[in-house]
Amino acid sequence: MTINFKLRGNNLEVFLFGELDESVAVKTRETLNYLIDTYSFSAMVLDLKGVNFLDSTGMGVVLGRYKKLRRLGRGLFLRNVNAQVDKVFATCGLYDIVEKQY
Amino acid sequence: MINKMKVVVPALSKNEGFCRSLVAAFCVELSPTIEEVNDIKTAVSEAVTNAIVHGYEGQNGDIVIEAELYNDSVKISVTDFGQGIENIDEAMQPFFTTKPEEERSGMGFTVMQTFMNDIDVVSEKGKGTTVTMTKYFGRVNART
Repeated sequence: MTINFKLRGNNLEVFLFGELDESVAVKTRETLNYLIDTYSFSAMVLDLKGVNFLDSTGMGVVLGRYKKLRRLGRGLFLRNVNAQVDKVFATCGLYDIVEKQY
Repeated sequence: MINKMKVVVPALSKNEGFCRSLVAAFCVELSPTIEEVNDIKTAVSEAVTNAIVHGYEGQNGDIVIEAELYNDSVKISVTDFGQGIENIDEAMQPFFTTKPEEERSGMGFTVMQTFMNDIDVVSEKGKGTTVTMTKYFGRVNART
């Protein structure tokens, strides 16, 4: 899993590349937490264009970041979600709480 | 049955990608759609994650992946020889997890049930768990 990011306006855009499953879940969570704790921004935009696979463990990482950001009064948006990832998110009910941004 | 395979891997999370790609490749001769391939990969990933995280709880052990290919379907089983599931009905409930502190979603079985056509779980405490799943090709999933 490779993670790039850039501050754009009030948002922190984060670009993930790779397959988000158990093998990279802890590392990904820690990196995203570091970004959240280090930078000042109002919303995180998670760009998943480079994520070609994600399972419910990966969904848990995203949901956990949403909860952490919400506690801090900040937002989370999802962008460029591919069909496989979209189906997992929809099945897990993630879209009931986290917005997809087109 | 037109083909079958069996592979044994140690319960390491780095093997998840290998296992799901392997099963997906095994199904190629039936010309599945991209969505069907993704459904199979996702379900295998969930089953293998369960074996590693819950069956063995990070301890050493083997995971056996078996698949049988039929004219219209694939039957996949994932077996661990770990601690077993105390209450299968409970484990299969959406959002049920024994490890909420690790941000476990509790959605693994729900994903398997949704993405595959049939699922059967056999587990014995202290002996292990086998999850058997069937995917029919060219069919709309009843649960999606």
